[in-house]
Amino acid sequence: MNTMTLLRARLQKPDASAPRCAPPSRAPLVALVIGLVACTLLPQHASLLTRVFITALLVLSLDLAVGVAGLATLGHAALFGVGAYAAGIFALKVMPDPLVGLGIGVAAGALLAFASGAFLLRYQGFTFLMLTVAVAQIVLSLAQKARDWTGGDDGLSGFTVRPLLGRFVFDLEGRVAALYALAVLVIALYLLRRLVDSPFGLAVRGIHENRARMAALGTPVYARLLVLYTVAGAVAGAAGALSAQTTAVVGLDSLSFALSAEALVMLILGGAGRLTGALVGATVFTLLHHTAASINPYHWLFVVGILLMLVVLVPPAKAWAWLRSRVGAGS
Amino acid sequence: MSTLANILIDGIAYGMVLFVIAIGLSVTLGLMRFVNLSHGAFAMVGGYCAALLTREAQWSFWVAVPVAILATALLGAVLEVLVLRHLYRRKELDQVLFTIGLSFLLIAGTNALVGPQVQLIPLPSALAGSVDLGFRTLPAQRLLVIGAGLAVAAVAAWTVTRTRFGIWLRAAVDHAGTASALGIPIRTVQCASFAAGAALAGFGGILGAELMPLEPYYALKYLVLVLVVVAVGGMGSITGSLCAAVLLGVIETASKYLASDWGSLFFFLAMAALLAWRPDGLLKR
Repeated sequence: MNTMTLLRARLQKPDASAPRCAPPSRAPLVALVIGLVACTLLPQHASLLTRVFITALLVLSLDLAVGVAGLATLGHAALFGVGAYAAGIFALKVMPDPLVGLGIGVAAGALLAFASGAFLLRYQGFTFLMLTVAVAQIVLSLAQKARDWTGGDDGLSGFTVRPLLGRFVFDLEGRVAALYALAVLVIALYLLRRLVDSPFGLAVRGIHENRARMAALGTPVYARLLVLYTVAGAVAGAAGALSAQTTAVVGLDSLSFALSAEALVMLILGGAGRLTGALVGATVFTLLHHTAASINPYHWLFVVGILLMLVVLVPPAKAWAWLRSRVGAGS
Repeated sequence: MSTLANILIDGIAYGMVLFVIAIGLSVTLGLMRFVNLSHGAFAMVGGYCAALLTREAQWSFWVAVPVAILATALLGAVLEVLVLRHLYRRKELDQVLFTIGLSFLLIAGTNALVGPQVQLIPLPSALAGSVDLGFRTLPAQRLLVIGAGLAVAAVAAWTVTRTRFGIWLRAAVDHAGTASALGIPIRTVQCASFAAGAALAGFGGILGAELMPLEPYYALKYLVLVLVVVAVGGMGSITGSLCAAVLLGVIETASKYLASDWGSLFFFLAMAALLAWRPDGLLKR
């Protein structure tokens, strides 16, 4: 009797019948509102906000590879950097329209991801991890060598970007840049959320959990992973193109091992596999970096080192559960 | 001809340094299944200890080096007992993050204590000169590095395959529960192997101070190279690591001599090709 009423009460609540995954537009809308509020409240920090949005997009793409597909990679900066260089060179040599440049960056990231993924995805685990490092380092060496195209150690600069849609000029304050980056981030988040919840996304998540079983069920594991890696490359390329267009300079550090490692740290900090975690991690990390590094770059290492060790010893999920139980007990 | 000989000697010496640093990582990674990315930081600590003891405290090189190695081993043992052993059963990603964080901490600490400038280890006069081998003269330091590398390889291979300690280590790794039921002191074995790995890293840091300059970012700069050696050589394989280290060392040195503007391209191309050919290590089919 008691159980029955409880069950009925629960059934009548709208939540119980709703699917377990949130509607795909919820997280992008929340991100959009938070981003817009931040842009209006802190107009003087527009360039910092732009960096937060671009980093979030990069970490989002990394989450697709690491969190959703379980492909532990330390070479994600290669996809980001290729997108950045492609957009920069395109603006310099062909035409400076931002949206076409963004498309070029996306295409470059996707192309590199497809080409390298076709080779990388034949391997698993530690071998895969080390091969991603190798691919990233090879791209870095090539960029260093192709001085005429990339500017080598001096970086690629001297390109300008035309007004967005022909109307919005990229001003010095960076308002347009911030809103542009936010718009791309929100659209990407929406599309990726749809992708992850689609049958294709479920298959990839299945491969993450049990590769052999998915293969036995008839899923073409290699093809699914290759498509997913290419999408991740496209998103990383978009982040790179945004970074090139909003800062008007591309350096070799956009291809560096340190960037790959930092993106991974941000992802773990926010929680992998849920897409929203990538945004949280990127935001927290970039803001912390900004405050700590403006004091002393080595202090920054100190902070992030302690943070990393704490995240492992006290995992965020555990900490949240503890907090929730404390708050729940109090109320 | 002379360039070729120089490339070979320098390349082999470089490879030996990589090998001595990598072997500890190969053992922890391959035998104990623990991803220790703070290994580069151990090498840095060893090098810094030796540099400070010889330069600031004016100790003799021959006393300072063993003391520096012991200090690194002690650091490794203390860290293992206090924190790292709790991470053995955790996911790889957790281990990676924790040990990277530890590296960052050690880098920042080194910079705060000693400063960002490059540290040199002054060599005793016996090593600073060159040795006449009859057919050509070689820097004594290179010979010492190559000799030490071979000695480390021999001793390590002998310890793991022939001694009681090696048997204990392999038993503890294969099945900790059974090994402990048979009376093998697992905790001591794990702690001792970890400390030995750290000590070897410290030794490698000292040996390689001329080829890989000691500075705070050392811990991360050379970590990738060491990981590459471990991956190409095959985890846990001592002979594999030796072959991989020497091969990659010679390739890296040759590309520095002959095609320096290509950066590390050939090193990583070779690594990708070798890994694609033998994903489980050079000597494993």
